[in-house]
Amino acid sequence: MRIFRLSLLGLLRDWRAGELRVLALALVIAVASTTAVGFFTNRVNQLMERQASTLLGADLAVISSDPVNPLFSTRARNLGLETAETISFPSVVLANGKTELMEVKSVSAGYPLRGVLRVSHVPYGTESPTRAIPVRGTVWLGPHAISRLGLRAGDRIRLGSSVLTIAEILSYEPDRGGDLFSIAPRLLMNLKDLSATGLIGPGSRATYRLLIAGPAPALAKFQRWIRPHLQPGARLENVRDARPQLREALDRARKFLGLAALVSVLLAGVAIATATRRYAARHLDSTAVMRCFGATQGFVVSLHVLQMLWLGLGASLAGCAVGYLAQQVLVRLLSVLVAASLPPPSWLPVVTGLLTGLVVLLGFALPPMLRLRDVSPVRVLRRDLGQLPARTGMVYLAALAVGAALMLWQTRDLRLTLYLLAVTAAALVGLGAVAFGLVRLLKLLRVHSGVSWHLGLAGIARRAGASVVQVVAFGVGIMLLLLLSLVRSDLLSTWQHSLPPDIPDQFVINVQPGQVAALRRFFVDNGLKGAVLYPMVRGRLLAINGRPVHASSYSDIRARHLVERDFNLSWAARPQRDNRIVAGRWWTDEQYGKPLASVEQGLAKTLGIKLGDELEYRIADRDISVRVESLRRVEWDSFRVNFFVVTPPGLLNGYPATYITSFHLAADRHGLMERMMQRFPNLTVIDVQALMAQVRSIMHRVNLSLEYVFMFTLLAGLTVLYAAVQATQDERKREAALMRAMGATTRQLMKSLAVEFTVLGLIAGFLAALGATVSGYLIALQLFHLRYHFDPRLWIAGLAVGGIGVGFFGVWGTRFVFTRPPLETLREFS
Amino acid sequence: MYMVQAQKLCKRVVSPEGTLTLLDAVDLQIAAGETCAIVGASGSGKSTLLGLLAGLDVPSSGRVLLDGVDLGTLDEDGRARLRAGRVGFVFQSFQLLPALTALENVMLPLELVGRPAPGRTAREVLARVGLTERLRHYPNQLSGGEQQRVAIARAFASSPKILFADEPTGNLDRASGERVIELMFSLNREHATTILLVTHDQAVAAHCRRFLRLADGRLRDESADGQNGLIGMPEVAGEDI
Repeated sequence: MRIFRLSLLGLLRDWRAGELRVLALALVIAVASTTAVGFFTNRVNQLMERQASTLLGADLAVISSDPVNPLFSTRARNLGLETAETISFPSVVLANGKTELMEVKSVSAGYPLRGVLRVSHVPYGTESPTRAIPVRGTVWLGPHAISRLGLRAGDRIRLGSSVLTIAEILSYEPDRGGDLFSIAPRLLMNLKDLSATGLIGPGSRATYRLLIAGPAPALAKFQRWIRPHLQPGARLENVRDARPQLREALDRARKFLGLAALVSVLLAGVAIATATRRYAARHLDSTAVMRCFGATQGFVVSLHVLQMLWLGLGASLAGCAVGYLAQQVLVRLLSVLVAASLPPPSWLPVVTGLLTGLVVLLGFALPPMLRLRDVSPVRVLRRDLGQLPARTGMVYLAALAVGAALMLWQTRDLRLTLYLLAVTAAALVGLGAVAFGLVRLLKLLRVHSGVSWHLGLAGIARRAGASVVQVVAFGVGIMLLLLLSLVRSDLLSTWQHSLPPDIPDQFVINVQPGQVAALRRFFVDNGLKGAVLYPMVRGRLLAINGRPVHASSYSDIRARHLVERDFNLSWAARPQRDNRIVAGRWWTDEQYGKPLASVEQGLAKTLGIKLGDELEYRIADRDISVRVESLRRVEWDSFRVNFFVVTPPGLLNGYPATYITSFHLAADRHGLMERMMQRFPNLTVIDVQALMAQVRSIMHRVNLSLEYVFMFTLLAGLTVLYAAVQATQDERKREAALMRAMGATTRQLMKSLAVEFTVLGLIAGFLAALGATVSGYLIALQLFHLRYHFDPRLWIAGLAVGGIGVGFFGVWGTRFVFTRPPLETLREFS
Repeated sequence: MYMVQAQKLCKRVVSPEGTLTLLDAVDLQIAAGETCAIVGASGSGKSTLLGLLAGLDVPSSGRVLLDGVDLGTLDEDGRARLRAGRVGFVFQSFQLLPALTALENVMLPLELVGRPAPGRTAREVLARVGLTERLRHYPNQLSGGEQQRVAIARAFASSPKILFADEPTGNLDRASGERVIELMFSLNREHATTILLVTHDQAVAAHCRRFLRLADGRLRDESADGQNGLIGMPEVAGEDI
């Protein structure tokens, strides 16, 4: 008990002396950054858990790209289960003279089987739950569509060939609750009205769902029965694996934000290690006295560790509180991703926050603190005998262990952790080496500079180790922000500029074979040249060289998604202008109708398809086998219609096909689309411009949230600076007093400090700009295959943020060195 | 013309035991070019007096005139400006800047006042103290005696009117100490610098023409041609501050 009391008293004393403030501040930042992300992901997860069954709108769902076998629902009802059906697809709605792409969902009575719909009479008005669905001839629209088209309840809209009346505003539907990227607004209609719209025909792009709910035993029985009966392209989802994409996306978001927060944690760790080293150094004398009076090594260590633990608990709790507040900003920034309102967070992030705080504290503070154990009592007689080794090896080892453990905890993936550790180590070593080189270079500058420059630059060179650490810590913070702001916008504008001005921006899908001739004429009459109509047949890849294809046989996520979905196959006599044969050869006229295929090389690589392979497809209940005759390179950037798999003409003639086209629409010709929709109401027009704007706004928000998390990194960088300034406080005081004695004025002293910190900041800014440029170059070339443009703004911003930021905070942090009369200071240190 | 004048100089500090009077109405005049040693027991307030006379600290009451300027009329920066180029210091613990080389340390006071060619002057003075081979060395690469010789070079580099030396041989062995004192006084002769030296070593003090003893807060002139002993009783005996 005595040790508890002593440790608390010691903590209070050290706190009053201001020794522990920087340590506490670093810890608050570390915990705040992780808990902010923790609280946010906790809330989203809770939403997912709570809505697990309502996320499906049922207990079980059969989801398919083709109509669901009617036998399934009969069987379910026979087992005493409830069923409902939905068919959803994108389509263009015409209202008030405007067109809008919407996500149409037609539902049968009983939908949803789990959860309720909520409607209001005016957009964003008072919601009321309902068990009903839209009555025939009416639709319910999402509030977003209502406001965008300037509509209200009672107005009419045209959907395909039908004219329907808006009855309600749909404010909530359970199976869309936590939807990611809910780009297009929702339109809910009665299933019985669907056929009249003429929008759904063979080959149209729609998702069919059979919803099932009921007692668990009957459900289990049904599941056992249905599995062998599922047609290719259909899958079964239950509440446990509902929304795999959503879960995956959220898991990625959690990892990504978690890792972003980890950067701040590790930087804060550097500040903690620096501050603790000073703490230990300043406690050498008092520890020697305690040892003299009979304190054991164990007692001394326990006392200081306990003191740290109290501090860790207090600072971590404060960090949790800050994290809770910070998380609300994150929720606002990412509200665009999560449509539903989030439940309040649980206590779990507080627990993980506290644990993170303690782990970071022990990992970074314990090794320097353990030096106190080795303090010899003889130090009270001869201070020079009491010098201790720095134990740098142990400090680095502990930091590495803590960093790796936290990374593993965030990613829950050993390979990724090892990879990240290697990349981080390489980046840090690279940045550190450049920083060290620059610090050494400063020596050359010193010869030709004035007194303030002399002193400022000498300060950096003398504290070379600490200078490199500060520069890298700051550089990393600035670099991340530069990457997120300037490099990202640069890449985006480079990409946009690389696109030709007449790039297709309108896609028309769902064109029925009987409409092809009329639509072609319509295009010619209206001067839309170059709008080629391509046939499209939907098929599912069943096997490669006789080996059945399953999602589970691929580890690559993209490959899994690809084989789970239907492919769009097409036929053509000649390869498209932007296609290039890279292997094999294109078919001759004599080969028309032969079972051959030309495969896009990226797809071939992802799925492991080679020249000469046999691909087996199922198209509308018929299986067909084709041989890979050539591989093509496709310029997807061209935005023209392109296909993964193309066959010779004549082969797919008997299969249900729809047609697709793309073209560039001049800005002043949007009325043309309206005329087209009136003449061909079943067509779906996808305005890529509008979609791109939507995607850009989502990207912008995601980016803002990342920038927000990285603000903690910059703050952590500041604490590293602050800790380093504190660690050199005594030295600086003495220097300032001595300079004063020799006649230096406040101005001269301030100037030398300003030189020191501004130059440090400039080096950090240089590193940041260099790192961002190299990363931008690699991203542009390796990831996006774009030509990299050197952006001088990156360097200006990096140097300005570094120089001004570090200069200001450095001088601000050291202003105390002038406050005492020189004599007092000189005596203290003589 | 006096280089340093103190009038009724008092220094009191507040401690838990009450107010300590370290210096009690001390009067002192030191003429330009004079060499003067202040001796006294440890804790007698010698260093405090030196600090007050050099303007490194402010008195509780009384006046100090340095080179004819009343320090009481100047703020911290004003006092620093007055010292710049006019005052040199040699400390017991050398007080070299660890970040700077020997040459840079010596250049520092020259640069502070903007003297032309500070590097050349610094090299000359360092050569004068026998450290031509050590120009690029940092303080921690030099022996104690060498460090103090750099400090002496630094003190004389700007040809100051007055040199304040606080126990200049306190941290040195006898041989190094003698070398340092010899250097200091030969430079004094070359530059006609006023020297005010604080020491407890009688042998060092013997190099000075005037000899003052500080005891119980009062200063007494014990030179052969002694001028004035000034009286003042401390209220509480002071520790070395």
